[in-house]
Amino acid sequence: MLVIGGGAAALAAALEAAAAGARVRLLDAAPPPLLGGNTRHSRNFRYAHDAPNRYTPDAYPAAQFRADLLRASGGGADPRLLDTLVAQSRELPDWLLAQGVALQRPAQGPLPYSRRTAFFLGGGMAAVRALADRALALGVALMPGCRADALVRSGGCATAAQTAAGAMGAGAFVLACGGAHADPIRLARHWGQAAAGFINRGTPHVRGELLDWLLAAGAVAAGDRAGLYLVAVDARSPAADGGIVTRIRGMPLGIVVDCAGRRRHDEGADTASTRYARWGQRLAAYPAQTGWLVLDAAGLRAAPAALYPPIQAPSIAALAAATGVDAPGLAATVAAYNASIQPPADPLATADWCTVGLVPPKSAHARPIAEPPFAAYPMRPGVTFAHHGVAVDTRTRVAWADGGSVHNVFAAGMIMAANLIPQGYLSGLAVSISLVFGRIAGREAARAAGRAGGGAR
Amino acid sequence: MNAPAARVIDPAAAADGAETRRQLGICNICNYCNGLCAVFSAAERRHRLTPGDLDHLANLCHHCRSCLYDCQYAPPHAFAVNLPRALARQRWHSYARYAWPRALAGSFAGHGRRAGLLAVAVVLAFTLAVVLTVPAPTLFAAHAGPGAFYAVVPLSVMTAGAVLSLGFALFAIAVGVRRFWRTTAPAPRIAGPGRGAGGGALARAALDLLTLKHQSGGGPGCADLDHRPSRRRRRFHHALFYGFLLCLGATTVAALRHHMLGQPAPYPLLSAPVLLGTAGGIGMVVGCIGLLWLRRREDPAPTHPPSRGADVALTWLLLAVAATGLALLALRGTSAMGLLLAVHLGTVLALFVLLPYTKMVHGAYRAAALLRDAVERAGR
Ligand SMILES: Cc1cc2nc3c(=O)[nH]c(=O)nc-3n(C[C@H](O)[C@H](O)[C@H](O)COP(=O)(O)OP(=O)(O)OC[C@H]3O[C@@H](n4cnc5c(N)ncnc54)[C@H](O)[C@@H]3O)c2cc1C
Repeated sequence: MLVIGGGAAALAAALEAAAAGARVRLLDAAPPPLLGGNTRHSRNFRYAHDAPNRYTPDAYPAAQFRADLLRASGGGADPRLLDTLVAQSRELPDWLLAQGVALQRPAQGPLPYSRRTAFFLGGGMAAVRALADRALALGVALMPGCRADALVRSGGCATAAQTAAGAMGAGAFVLACGGAHADPIRLARHWGQAAAGFINRGTPHVRGELLDWLLAAGAVAAGDRAGLYLVAVDARSPAADGGIVTRIRGMPLGIVVDCAGRRRHDEGADTASTRYARWGQRLAAYPAQTGWLVLDAAGLRAAPAALYPPIQAPSIAALAAATGVDAPGLAATVAAYNASIQPPADPLATADWCTVGLVPPKSAHARPIAEPPFAAYPMRPGVTFAHHGVAVDTRTRVAWADGGSVHNVFAAGMIMAANLIPQGYLSGLAVSISLVFGRIAGREAARAAGRAGGGAR
Repeated sequence: MNAPAARVIDPAAAADGAETRRQLGICNICNYCNGLCAVFSAAERRHRLTPGDLDHLANLCHHCRSCLYDCQYAPPHAFAVNLPRALARQRWHSYARYAWPRALAGSFAGHGRRAGLLAVAVVLAFTLAVVLTVPAPTLFAAHAGPGAFYAVVPLSVMTAGAVLSLGFALFAIAVGVRRFWRTTAPAPRIAGPGRGAGGGALARAALDLLTLKHQSGGGPGCADLDHRPSRRRRRFHHALFYGFLLCLGATTVAALRHHMLGQPAPYPLLSAPVLLGTAGGIGMVVGCIGLLWLRRREDPAPTHPPSRGADVALTWLLLAVAATGLALLALRGTSAMGLLLAVHLGTVLALFVLLPYTKMVHGAYRAAALLRDAVERAGR
């Protein structure tokens, strides 16, 4: 059987299929050093557990996981897939450990408290390497640097994958090749010119060739065609694969302006980690998809470290000149902001500072922008994944508009995650979806390949 | 528009730590590796990354290499993060920076070739001196019984040579460590309330040092040959280190027996000095051969070529000390004893003289860095 993809979903599928006795080939479009897709950039995964264990404190009951995901997805999560995900997420830590993946114990390093997720020791790269080693040990043929462009179909059955190296036949196929968000042309279809202003945080190799093939062949789509999970990143980041370090995080400590120097949103309203995504979505609507986080020296001292140094200047006017933001606009915004600030009864309670009469308001952390030098971080939306893919059932069989037209094709990972998150997100969810449904797809495909004959040992 | 934090490696800037700082700046935002060893939390505490901070972090690093293979920014990524190599280079330069007297810091230059040549010169000179001063009939006779060694090399020469060379070496290392300790002092805010090294911190540092805790990749093992976790380097290092300690123990016991009990060497096979020395010598030989084997087979990507060469040279010297010691023990009743003794003492002398000017100093700086780390953690 053939697994297409190289991230968590593909590796999980390959391992389960090989363990079930199937002969497995795995194609990944990325060259060998980049095996692992976006899983290379990940850190933790979400799973249900009823008691504390070595890797996660306290408990995360299944009902809570379910409720969290329903809320985050705006009620859009497919209930049966949701049950499958939550129930099978329980097995993930033990399964990963059995494959040789190391998990970090909270006692071992300074992890943020999280009762909902477990962390890969060394991050997603370490996990990908361990899973790939295990796959090699089980006899899986790993073929990095090999892209599948389409499947070849004969009646109700896929028979081969088309690659640059020719057609590769198989008895069953697992499509674990992620979404389609790294393809600027596709993004432009839904976002128009704005797409040119987006930065891809992850691998440039998820371009949706097989998602296109599936939808053209009559598979049912899931999620929102235009839906993207966007995060505010430094506008100077590389075009792809900037990963986790390019985020800009200090919005509550300053003001965010567009190129006209105008504020558009309340920077103090959201200080939780959800703010990254909120700002990502907002920036997509900014002119040139660019906003500037403006801080004074005090704000900069308090802001979290960033990859690139901020643009700094001795005055607001000079900062405008250095960034290209409209100077009168910025000066007026800063003056109006500073004039509207109302210190709280206890001036040391920094979170309680807010503006009065300003539109939009800054409802918390509204400290004056007064102490030179002034600083600005240019920001753009960073694409993390797409809320669009293909519909599947709980056995990861692709759903077809005419009811089951290609029966030996299974889909796992971000290519089908939109069934669960047509919108919204929860940290650690993507890897859990990829692992849980990757494992299911591997087992199902191994069985299907066995039935097709020739695929099984 | 690209700023220093994301610049690709610039060799000229590397020497002054700019490259190490650039890479650690990325690590401090990512932090995925903070379960692998103590370096990452320490780098976060010392986020200003002053030159002293960099030297501290470089010597806290045990070169387990896991963080290269676990890094999403490792080459070919444009950020080109290769922290094991950057810290190895920083560490290697730090040995020269803190060396005393400064004039001898040059021995760290040239891929270890200089120290290697010096070692060979010392061994040859010492052996030659013995050959030229000891009459051939004495040198090539089969000696036996108490005091046999001293017929070839007089006890006074042996004692004076050992005391002078080792004494000077230890003094020079102490001066270097003192400089290191001062330069790598953390900003006052980080030092914690206790400031001094409490008993708890001392015990913890000692345990971390003696178990090589941070040479474990956070548990599964280090990337000894390639990315796959392995415990080989740690085990070979233990064999070498504890073998070395046993040999020192053997020498100490022998000295005590000589001076306190009036029993001069050589000692019978089943005596404490011989048993300790044999076990220690075998441990050293196994450790050295193992480490040299790893060096030959390892992925060079996370290593820093100049310090790697010096490392190999030093391992050969340690192997020579152990192997000539074992050979001396085996052949001490034969006519080869005289020459073997000269060569063995020559290697020991070379090792002692070069202690402060080879990678041997790493133990002292690492101990200091571990102590500092334990103090900083206790202060949290
Ligand atoms: C910066 C960043 C941080 C993240 N952090 C986390 C986190 O901490 N926790 C979490 O749960 N999620 C996180 N995610 C999301 C998560 O990593 C991914 O969504 C998840 O790993 C996806 O797994 P996957 O196997 O479905 O797809 P991917 O890992 O994206 O893999 C898709 C694979 O398919 C291959 N491929 C694509 N097209 C083809 C083709 N035509 N032929 C052959 N191969 C093809 C690609 O090369 C790639 O290897 C993060 C994402 C990013 C970008």
